Amino acid sequence: MISVESLGKTFRVQKRPPGLLAGVKALFHREYTTVEAARDVSFRIEDGERVGFLGPNGAGKTTTLKMLAGLLQPSAGRATVGGLEPFRRSEAFLASITLVLGQKQQLVWDLPPQETFELNRAIYGVSLADFRKTTAELVELLEIGEQIKRPTRQLSLGERMKCELACALIHRPKYLFLDEPTIGLDVNMQETIRTFIRGYNEQYGATLMLTSHYMADVTALCPRIILIDKGSIAFDGELSELMSKGRTDKRVRFSLSREVPAAELRAVGNLVEHGAAEATFEVQKDAVSALVAHALQVLPVRDLSVTDPPLEEIMRAWFAKEPSAEPAPEPA
Amino acid sequence: MSVRSTARSVRAMLRIGFLDAIAYRGETIVWMLSTTMPLVMFLLWSAAADGKPIGRYGAGELHASFLAAFVVRQLGGSWAAWQINMEVRDGTLGMRLLRPVNPIVHYAIEQAAHVPVRAFFSMPVALLFFALDPLIHAPKEPLLLVLFPISVLGAWALSFLMNVIVGALAFFIEQSVKLMDVYTALFFVFSGYMVPLDLFPEPVRVVLDYLPFRYQMGLSVELLTGALSPAVALRLVVQQWVMVALVTLVAHLVFRRGVRHFEAYGG
Repeated sequence: MISVESLGKTFRVQKRPPGLLAGVKALFHREYTTVEAARDVSFRIEDGERVGFLGPNGAGKTTTLKMLAGLLQPSAGRATVGGLEPFRRSEAFLASITLVLGQKQQLVWDLPPQETFELNRAIYGVSLADFRKTTAELVELLEIGEQIKRPTRQLSLGERMKCELACALIHRPKYLFLDEPTIGLDVNMQETIRTFIRGYNEQYGATLMLTSHYMADVTALCPRIILIDKGSIAFDGELSELMSKGRTDKRVRFSLSREVPAAELRAVGNLVEHGAAEATFEVQKDAVSALVAHALQVLPVRDLSVTDPPLEEIMRAWFAKEPSAEPAPEPA
Repeated sequence: MSVRSTARSVRAMLRIGFLDAIAYRGETIVWMLSTTMPLVMFLLWSAAADGKPIGRYGAGELHASFLAAFVVRQLGGSWAAWQINMEVRDGTLGMRLLRPVNPIVHYAIEQAAHVPVRAFFSMPVALLFFALDPLIHAPKEPLLLVLFPISVLGAWALSFLMNVIVGALAFFIEQSVKLMDVYTALFFVFSGYMVPLDLFPEPVRVVLDYLPFRYQMGLSVELLTGALSPAVALRLVVQQWVMVALVTLVAHLVFRRGVRHFEAYGG
């Protein structure tokens, strides 16, 4: 279990305005400011859960993950991962976790990933039989049989990311902290990695905390969402709850048997998207049936579906709220 | 970190360090050329002496001294400060901290793995100079020859640990390599790398006995050139290893405190 109680982290950051004069001034007199990257963060994650940890840039996501991985010492509060305190970085703790940072790498740059795999095998004391089995699985699932034999510097970003992920799992950690694991990857590669992560979670009962700016990662992997904004927890609950909380609208998507001009579609309702033979409308929950009934009369409807708005939009709306990130109350 | 987890991974870390060191052949040779200062000094001092002795140094002693300095620099040098400084600044150190191995030990093994590569390229050059220069003679005192490898190991350890201390200052200041540049300049002057230590005035030599520079270079040079009596050589090697122990403690404390200060910059 991951248990976090009132966790906080402050950084002392130098203030230096741009410009030559400011640079020279800073030689003699430096000003510092304190940045509160995480404030009173509390949550519990049960073993085997998959949790999306979301927030805008600078919200404190990575800082929190780094505290949970033992890289940063908290300024306040307490955290335990599997009953162990991260910053002590005990051998048992380090053997039970992995942290994948999309923009940092543990693979040795000039050597093939296979060499770093071997290094991790030795460091984590993985038996040769387990190592061979795990590596074979990872290589097959991630399709990196050829890539692990080429120097890391010669791999594309996507290939490198897959190798990083494999390298991070050689010791079969129980807790996975993944920070932007699909950053910069194409859609197919993202899907491969999502499938792989879900499979790993199901096969080994591993606990997953994921941050990603790709909402498709989150919706595909995380039944539970924790939102963090300005260093504090803004929401903690089921993805479905987040999708509906504070939102009174739905999306109704029609497949059409022929193309209909946009002007005609707009006459039906609040058109948000349309293509050659499809149209999507935004509509209040209580007006869905009326819209559908009307559309069936005036449009050549072949099929329809009613969904929540995309997570991206929900997140945008959520974090646009100022000054508080509290959701709007549900209508009575 | 347990001794067990570190011990079981030493071979793998050495292997990675060695493979990394030989990844770029061209770069390795160019880098080797940058450490040939003693051979340049060899020529300069020979010209300055113009056939007359400087202090106790005749032409043979000067030749032997700078050839020995070249050998010791290749075997006893470490450049860890640049790596540590960079990894602290760009946050890559975080990936190292995630592994259950003491990061200082990890750096040490990686750095040590570079020594055989440097030896492979530099020792033939040194042996060639030794064979072709009739003024250079092998030392005759067996104890000095026994103490020489011990002192080179100590020189390497001190060099590495001073690099760790200065490199780890990157946790607290923006660019610790600037400090390493200052330290390296002092090392060049006070270690016997560019100037034989006997040529310094007596009070300076006394002070140098309490600083790490001599033990990083001069002591091993003096052993290889037979410039010390067995009793003095033994005393100095013991002093060197006492210093290694003290600097190990300081390096450990500075690094540990630094990790608490680590802000894992760059995302």
